[in-house]
Amino acid sequence: MAAPKKSVAKESGQEKAGSPPEFSKEQELKALRDMLLIRRFEEKAGQLYGMGAIGGFCHLYIGQEAVVVGMQMALKQGDEVITGYRDHGHMLACDMEAKGVMAELTGRRGGYSRGKGGSMHMFSKEKHFYGGHGIVGAQVSLGTGLAFANRYRGNDNVSVTYFGDGAANQGQVYESFNMAELWKLPVIYVIENNRYAMGTSVSRASAQQDFSKRGASFNIPGRQVDGMDVRAVKAAADEATAWCRGGNGPMILEMQTYRYRGHSMSDPAKYRTREEVEKVRHDQDPIEQVRNRLLASGVSEQDLKAIDAEVREIVNEAADFAQHDPEPDASELYTDIYR
Amino acid sequence: MPIQVLMPALSPTMEKGNLAKWLKKEGETIKSGDVIAEIETDKATMEVEATDEGTLGKILIPEGTADVAVNTPIATILADGESAADLAKAPAAPVPQPKAAEAPAAEAKGDAKAEAPQPAAKAPAAPVSEALPDPEIPAGTEMVTQTIREALRDAMAEEMRRDGDVFIMGEEVAEYQGAYKVTQGLLQEFGARRVIDTPITEHGFAGVGVGAAMAGLKPIVEFMTWNFAMQAIDQIINSAAKTLYMSGGQMGCSIVFRGPNGAAARVAAQHSQDYAAWYSQIPGLKVIAPYSAADYKGLLKAAIRDPNPVIFLENEVLYGHTGEVPKLPDFVVPIGKARIARAGKDVTIVSWAMGMSYALKAADELAKEGIDAEVIDLRTIRPMDTETIINSVKKTGRAITVEEGWQQSGVGSEVAARIMEHAFDYLDAPVTRVSGKDVPMPYAANLEKLALPSVAEVVAAAKAVSYR
Repeated sequence: MAAPKKSVAKESGQEKAGSPPEFSKEQELKALRDMLLIRRFEEKAGQLYGMGAIGGFCHLYIGQEAVVVGMQMALKQGDEVITGYRDHGHMLACDMEAKGVMAELTGRRGGYSRGKGGSMHMFSKEKHFYGGHGIVGAQVSLGTGLAFANRYRGNDNVSVTYFGDGAANQGQVYESFNMAELWKLPVIYVIENNRYAMGTSVSRASAQQDFSKRGASFNIPGRQVDGMDVRAVKAAADEATAWCRGGNGPMILEMQTYRYRGHSMSDPAKYRTREEVEKVRHDQDPIEQVRNRLLASGVSEQDLKAIDAEVREIVNEAADFAQHDPEPDASELYTDIYR
Repeated sequence: MPIQVLMPALSPTMEKGNLAKWLKKEGETIKSGDVIAEIETDKATMEVEATDEGTLGKILIPEGTADVAVNTPIATILADGESAADLAKAPAAPVPQPKAAEAPAAEAKGDAKAEAPQPAAKAPAAPVSEALPDPEIPAGTEMVTQTIREALRDAMAEEMRRDGDVFIMGEEVAEYQGAYKVTQGLLQEFGARRVIDTPITEHGFAGVGVGAAMAGLKPIVEFMTWNFAMQAIDQIINSAAKTLYMSGGQMGCSIVFRGPNGAAARVAAQHSQDYAAWYSQIPGLKVIAPYSAADYKGLLKAAIRDPNPVIFLENEVLYGHTGEVPKLPDFVVPIGKARIARAGKDVTIVSWAMGMSYALKAADELAKEGIDAEVIDLRTIRPMDTETIINSVKKTGRAITVEEGWQQSGVGSEVAARIMEHAFDYLDAPVTRVSGKDVPMPYAANLEKLALPSVAEVVAAAKAVSYR
């Protein structure tokens, strides 16, 4: 798998040489539908935030959809997923219900955490989604622990542990890398390099800007991947899951991606130009890439509109539920502290 | 029907903003994601992106308007096939409010000029934890004399035999046989899969332990001392203690963090600190600090079985002390129950862990002077057995606390507050705290001795509250 280096910054998002393996039409359609669901969901979440229906912090995943959708296409039942606080996309990709996620954002009883976790803290044991963590980098040690449990039990599940270019500078990440390689734990470290840790660009925060090399001193192999091309992500994920299931220990995948929105809803994003954002959107949008390929392959505009309509209906239904579902009962204040 | 664009809230605290600029004109086509306007909040200028597609029908709030309240309609968007004639059909601001009686957080952010706030909904009463009594020790049960070190090892070995999901990880726990020899023999019996030496990376391996616990295993994480666990405290509090709550009960964490706590001898400030008060403040954690060998064993077994994260505070000085442990196949002491270590009627001495050694010696001294002290060993700091303390104070009318930790916001302060709240009318004197002095632990032998509580201080405090 030869991932194009620094392709996000390239003039053209479409690489000729070293293009990833083609998707079947079914795969393209699934990728399109899953990415669209995340985008429409996030746009709606942003809107509900603007209406005051969602409080606190709200970190949107718009622009990065190909990463989690491509990764998920390579996973099997039982593989664990864990991430930081930009987590709505991961939950939807894990097949968690849009209604439950949106209702958690609005702090209602039908939310995944019954309204007690909010945007950054959601979990689904059933879907093997382990959160949703608000402390930058903490999920890396936790995800390594999930892999430890797989190793302990002797199963062939893989822990997919996501974190950003900002978290990649945290100390516990390297403590975890060390143990993961030392004990050959089946964990894929997916570094979502969206180029900004809140308002600080990678070049201002990172001495080693090639994140695929961040495991080098522990002998952990790494790959740089065009995180805007869902096919490249899937191909990298296939390699990494095979590596981990083969008992070879961890692997690092640096996903070169881009977040279109601010760090959170209250970030005016003055640390980058509007032109920069527009350029990535225009040249490399992960959804447009798939849509264009599908149209070129003869799928009709009408068929794509049907997918769009289906997704919008799911999102609207979720938003409606999330605004009308009651808040948690006052008795919930003291539940779930101990079991 | 035309879609209304509302003035958005763009931060957790925003209530109004200035409509600085329209970037789209009436009649222009709008795609989802297009920036349509700029809004100035008190902190920054923010861009408003369209979430719907269509044509900008009418601008309702012209640019330059200041103090536009959140949720005010600022424009309408016409969908495909709609025209300006449809504008009248736009609905009024459709912001459904939550149904529950309490004011939601979004509304509770009123400024000083806002009307008097609605009285907040009354919080339900906190649940009261009730601990089971100690297990009956049948008459004639053989008592084994062993060191606390051995009692701890036996507790872990018994639980590891009982449950294959229990494992221990930490620095030097396996091949070295434990930095303080607490894990002696465990590697030989259970093998390297379940007795795991870690690198010296407390933050990382505490997180790995918590992750494994979230996946359903039952780790025992040994810290060589609790001083080093400060590197890991984020994982203990933010990940282990809070996840059950934040997940609405879906995902908990059955894990024991254990190791020596408090002052050892002549190791100075960074290696001599009592963390009982620190961890006891955290809902979601249980905190145990035993004194007797039997309690060390029975409570560690209970901690390993407990489905919650448990902080198990040991004492290095006590590791070599011996005590009687009942020889029973499964001796488990309930968490959350204090023990009356010595019954008395004149003054209550509340202590735990190493503090008990001062308390018990002081009680002997006091007896010589005709003061009959009742000594309570808390054993568990959280949940605290308030009932046993209060019942004793109702009997004696006087109480002192003894701890090696610092006084400010200490466990003794908490005990004193509970006595005041629940037994004020029974008190014949103010509750007095004997504690470690308010200094980092000094190295010099004489200063170290001064920094710690002493039997003499406990005796003096007991006499003072007895007005003798």
